[in-house]
Amino acid sequence: MVKVAIWGSLRSATDGKAEVEVEAGNFKQLLDQLVIEYPGLEPQIKRGVSLALDGKIYRDAWFTKINEDSEVVLMPYMLGG
Amino acid sequence: MALDENGKRIFKQVGTRPARPDGIDKVTGRAMYGADATAPGMLFGHILRSPHAHARIKSIDTSAAEALSGVKAVITSKDFGTPEDESVRDVQDNCMAGDKVLYDGHAVAAVAANSLAIAKKAVKLIKVDYEILPHVTDVDAAMQAGAPLVQEGRGLDDLPAGMSENVTYHFEFGHGDMDAGFAKADKIIERSFKTAATHQGYIEPHACLASMGIDGKGELWCCTQGHYYVRELCAGIMGMETSQLRVTASEIGGGFGGKTTVFIEPVALGLSRKAGRPVKLVMPREDVFRASGPTASSSTDVKIGMTKDGRITAAHATFRYQGGAYPSGTVQFGAQSAFAAYDLDAVQTIGWSAMTNRPKEAAYRAPGAPMAIYAVESVVDELCQELDLDPLDVRLKNSAHKGTKSSYGPTFDDIGLEATLEAAKAHPHYAAPLGPNQGRGLSCGFWFNFGGNTSVSMNLNFDGTVGITEGNPDIGGSRASISLMAAEELGIPYEKVRTIVADTNSLGHNDVTDGSRVTFAVGLATIKAAREAIKIMCARVAKIWDIDADAVYWEDGFAKPSGPNAGSFDPMSIEEIAAISAETGGPISGHHEVNADGAGVSFGVHLVDVEVDPETGATTILRYTVFQDAGKAVHPDYVEGQMQGGAVQGIGWALNEEYIYGDDGRLQNPSLLDYRIPVASDLPDIDTVILEIPNPGHPYGVRGVGETGIVPPLAAVSNAVSRSIGLRMSALPMSPPRVLKALTAKG
Repeated sequence: MVKVAIWGSLRSATDGKAEVEVEAGNFKQLLDQLVIEYPGLEPQIKRGVSLALDGKIYRDAWFTKINEDSEVVLMPYMLGG
Repeated sequence: MALDENGKRIFKQVGTRPARPDGIDKVTGRAMYGADATAPGMLFGHILRSPHAHARIKSIDTSAAEALSGVKAVITSKDFGTPEDESVRDVQDNCMAGDKVLYDGHAVAAVAANSLAIAKKAVKLIKVDYEILPHVTDVDAAMQAGAPLVQEGRGLDDLPAGMSENVTYHFEFGHGDMDAGFAKADKIIERSFKTAATHQGYIEPHACLASMGIDGKGELWCCTQGHYYVRELCAGIMGMETSQLRVTASEIGGGFGGKTTVFIEPVALGLSRKAGRPVKLVMPREDVFRASGPTASSSTDVKIGMTKDGRITAAHATFRYQGGAYPSGTVQFGAQSAFAAYDLDAVQTIGWSAMTNRPKEAAYRAPGAPMAIYAVESVVDELCQELDLDPLDVRLKNSAHKGTKSSYGPTFDDIGLEATLEAAKAHPHYAAPLGPNQGRGLSCGFWFNFGGNTSVSMNLNFDGTVGITEGNPDIGGSRASISLMAAEELGIPYEKVRTIVADTNSLGHNDVTDGSRVTFAVGLATIKAAREAIKIMCARVAKIWDIDADAVYWEDGFAKPSGPNAGSFDPMSIEEIAAISAETGGPISGHHEVNADGAGVSFGVHLVDVEVDPETGATTILRYTVFQDAGKAVHPDYVEGQMQGGAVQGIGWALNEEYIYGDDGRLQNPSLLDYRIPVASDLPDIDTVILEIPNPGHPYGVRGVGETGIVPPLAAVSNAVSRSIGLRMSALPMSPPRVLKALTAKG
């Protein structure tokens, strides 16, 4: 199981939980599982999210491997100027 | 991709300052900018724009314009379809209004004619019947229930009571027990701030040349930060397959985020399709201000608690941004980055975004961060004043470091903030004496940086020179940096490498030039492409020497036997290998495609001295020093240029630049005479100190440097002005009338 930190305004979709646990070995599995277990997250995940793994921010990197002790943070999709 | 040799690599070319490859073209006028493109039979386009902030379009009569001699096409929104994707629909509507005009300057119709004079005359003949609607341009007013509704059906699903449907986004970030944190504080300051919308202020207006063939194939030349994204947007709007639209990016006269989307390109394509001729469209400066994206304006409440010895115990902020007439999520980056410089046990940020009757916001360097960090750093400075603490010591005491759980969630890896603060503290600027009416301000800044989709090809020519083909318009010196990295990797002189930016059909997809990503991501792909080519060259030489490929290594532009056991052979140069490449297996190239990650966050610290004239309220920047962690600075001239440019744009934001709207909702200052951008005579030399803390996610340790530089100046200048006049300023810009008013009120 991987612990995923959820940002504040999404917690209405996770029963108020700041951190949820899902079964996943990579980002694709993690996002799929989040949608299955917390359907309220689907609109945001469809709009786009970034994932921070052990402090490093990833965009669209489905097959990035996640270890059970990894720090995983769900973040809005990063843009820049 | 990990850092080479644990960051101890000795560079031979990276870190030098060779002449820029585009310099001669730019100073002699040979460089081809967006408006320089021409084509046989080309027509000239012009756009009719709304004089109203908000109105329903009851009818458009184009008959008189169409009847004018020399007019070849007139289009309105009816000439476009309805894209499936909502964000593409918004871009289309912003380029050509549908049923309603949503802001002063919104495009309504367009004409293509034999000359620009005829096109302008024809535009005046178009009759639009408007039903004027109530408007709103202020973010706080737009968020209130009962405010004029900019667009129906776009509001938050779970809209809180008392809020208007104009509110489209809500974000919250943070961690810790806020009540317990504030209970530990010896001093708590709460203050509200406002910042004006500012324009990116690029010198080159948007310009393009579009040519649609009767076979449905299209060509588009335009000035943009991302021609692949332009292709996707325009193909989506035009109902084309992307392969049928080729987009070529021109040389670019500044972008700063404002050229990451389209404003006129679909209009030019629509006119060309209707006229059956190429159409050039150039935005007049007035239209650039009225209808291309400025940044968000903001309204912020900040509350920070601090102990007597300068430890921050809790920090809270609520940000309200308006992003113009369409949903915009920029506030999320403000809410995430606001407290990123601090190691905090209790922190919470809340962001709200609202639609207003203003032009659709476009990205602007570190979008959303400067105004958020301005508010936070202003309150930190005020706490330092109130508690009689040194502002640099306080920041060092609270600074984020490796292992800090950031205010936006992830735990930081190696970051350079402490080193940057130490460098600022040790610099003579910080100890220099100040005179009467003078003040010193400082601020930290932060930006995330990212990598993204990148495709690069490296081709070895028969004479041993090298061509690099990449797909990101060069807005800050990337061609020089990429050539330097290729030269470093191959061990050949910089002058032997030429880097060009390919069109959309010549190379795989490349994300927009944004997010400070290009030197990091394209550089990374270039290094990998060069390594692939080196591998091929070593294999070819191994065949010539009849030894194993593993027994050949590459050094300083030569293939060499790896040791006595490999045999005794004279090293072969890249020129020799290239010259016989046809005989040894054909052309030699390297390619690399990647969705790059590991960009590494960036921090900066700015120090500024100002003098405020108590008679006029005018602020003079006396001295300015930028300290920034750049990772490895590939071409230090460009790194310094990014740092200086960010500081100058931030100074403009702090002191003078603002979108001023009248009661009628019309923009009052859409010209460079009335919208006051700093010029060279307004500024001292901006001193720079580059810190090179290697990014562990890049083989050379490179971090992005393009955006962080604009983040600290707003607060740094405001803190300096506030200390100078003995009064805390809480609104930007601090234009002379505003400062004078504050001084007069103080008495």
